[in-house]
Amino acid sequence: MEREAKDDRQVVLSVRDLTVGFGDKIVLDNLNLDIYRGEILGFVGASGTGKSVLMRTVLRLLPHRSGTIEILGSNYEKASDEERIALDTRLGVLFQHGALFSALTVKENIQLPMREYLDLPQSLMDELAYVKLEMVGLPPDAADKYPSELSGGMIKRAALARALALDPDLVFLDEPTSGLDPIGAADFDALIAKLRDTLGLTVYMVTHDLDSLFSVCDRIAVLGEKRVLVEGTLQDMFAFDDPWVQSYFRGKRARTVVTNENQPADTRSADAGPTEAGK
Amino acid sequence: MSSSPAKIETEELSDGAERYVLTGDWRNHSIAAVLKDLEQFEKSGGQSKVEIDLSGVSGIDTAGAWLIRRLMTAKSGEGREASLSGGNGSIEELISALPETTPAPPAAGPDKRSRFERIFTPPGKLVFEVGRDFYAAMNILGSAVRGAQLKFGRGAGVSPASVVTHIDRMGVRAVPIIVLMSFLIGAIIAQQGAFQLRYFGAEIFVVDLVGILQLREIGVLLTAIMIAGRSGSAITAEIGSMKMREEIDALTVIGLNPIGVLIFPRLVALTIALPLLTIIANFAALYGAAVVALLYSGITFDTYLSRLHEAIDHTSIASGMIKAPFMALAIGIVAAVEGMKVGGSAESLGQHVTASVVKAIFAVILIDALFAIFYSAIDF
Repeated sequence: MEREAKDDRQVVLSVRDLTVGFGDKIVLDNLNLDIYRGEILGFVGASGTGKSVLMRTVLRLLPHRSGTIEILGSNYEKASDEERIALDTRLGVLFQHGALFSALTVKENIQLPMREYLDLPQSLMDELAYVKLEMVGLPPDAADKYPSELSGGMIKRAALARALALDPDLVFLDEPTSGLDPIGAADFDALIAKLRDTLGLTVYMVTHDLDSLFSVCDRIAVLGEKRVLVEGTLQDMFAFDDPWVQSYFRGKRARTVVTNENQPADTRSADAGPTEAGK
Repeated sequence: MSSSPAKIETEELSDGAERYVLTGDWRNHSIAAVLKDLEQFEKSGGQSKVEIDLSGVSGIDTAGAWLIRRLMTAKSGEGREASLSGGNGSIEELISALPETTPAPPAAGPDKRSRFERIFTPPGKLVFEVGRDFYAAMNILGSAVRGAQLKFGRGAGVSPASVVTHIDRMGVRAVPIIVLMSFLIGAIIAQQGAFQLRYFGAEIFVVDLVGILQLREIGVLLTAIMIAGRSGSAITAEIGSMKMREEIDALTVIGLNPIGVLIFPRLVALTIALPLLTIIANFAALYGAAVVALLYSGITFDTYLSRLHEAIDHTSIASGMIKAPFMALAIGIVAAVEGMKVGGSAESLGQHVTASVVKAIFAVILIDALFAIFYSAIDF
């Protein structure tokens, strides 16, 4: 709440007092979250704390008991059908396992949203599909392959290309670098940062990859105790006094990353992240 | 954030250069308007320098940036120098992040095969397909029997718990639908038979008709068809989705023969369940016929039973029942073969479940026909 007074950045996703539960088990309790335009928000939390539940609730794949979710300035529940469709075209989602349509080739997967929503000739859609493939770093010959013929990393990239098919404003990434080798994961992080810079994307990234958190995320939010425990820059995480957060960011695995990247991490926090630079 | 459609206009500059002035919203939902003009400009030709003025562009995304990129590539392909102006930096960055060209679509060459080849290739493939299916079926039958023995410890053979579970799922839970279907079939046969026999004053022979027809042919045939649709499809879907999720591979690596573990219990369960269901079906059909005989022709239950006793003997019952295990095996093996053929996509799962049911029903009818020939040859 105090954040609203802090600056005039545009809020892209705003979650207020969200409560989600299954049966008599409450998973998320009065959760608040804001994401600002042009930032990459990394979302962490122990397994089973409800990161995926939150993402699926925001995407309206799960019902919530109370609270409001405003995406891109409109409340989905109060929106008319036309507004809902318009809203859907401005969101892109990369599911954890890709969720590519297995009966369609990669190219057809990317073109599916274009075909349904845009009035473009097939030749241009083909070109755009190749452009997207090139952007996510897939070779052109992947276009005519079926998802079952792709490796895990290629599936992630192809799924990202589909998520970006309509040039969404807000992209949800569910563990985008899990199952990728460190070099591939670093490439993927660089790719997401580049897309953010060129397309002005806002990225909501659920991740456990400390490298991603340290290298591309502008802000980090920690989910715990059924709410957002803390959100802020990496320095805020180090300063936050909570055993789980401390062991997460100061644990053995984190320390190697931090000592190796100490310099860039500090410079990042010195200019307080690109979000305040008016992106 | 205005949403006026994208527009492109051309003007001559004083130094002879050509300038394209882009205005409006160059995002994917509003660029359709500009495609025709762009195509013309890309082919227009000329020698002078080209300047692309972006100052009027109110919004842009990858699609719009790609069109500008394509225009620039076309112009530099003509040997002209193309430059951007009036952008706010991020547009240029976006454009430069895009590739210069995309691969040309592969040209579909003419079909070079001769007419003979084109006509006879599909049936030839079909024949080989049938051959391979038969080979796979024998493979499954063999490994089902042998594979179940191939494990260390805990003795060989099939696990009773698994077989009982599958008998429950394929047999016990099919009882209501089988009873209902057979009751109606028996009633329909009795009604039609009685209606025709009435002209000859021989309505009592409807009992012979229903008894022999149901016990020898209809009972086992319809039950098998119902089970092919109900359980054959389930087996194919189960094994197929296990194959898609690499569960079959996991079983192999653990050292278990997937056919012995997964398919053998199902085959055993089907082979036990189908004869039992056939017996139930026969009772239900004879009861349905008795009810119709009473209501429609006035044949009392006592008369019905004594007539039935004379009309049928153990050969009628046996000749029907013998077929049941063979049909059950055929259904199970066809379902397993199709399940093991499932590939990586959801579409392939659907195709193979369909194929499983169609082929299983065909196999059941074929077996029935073969038995009919056999019985008439040995006068059974």
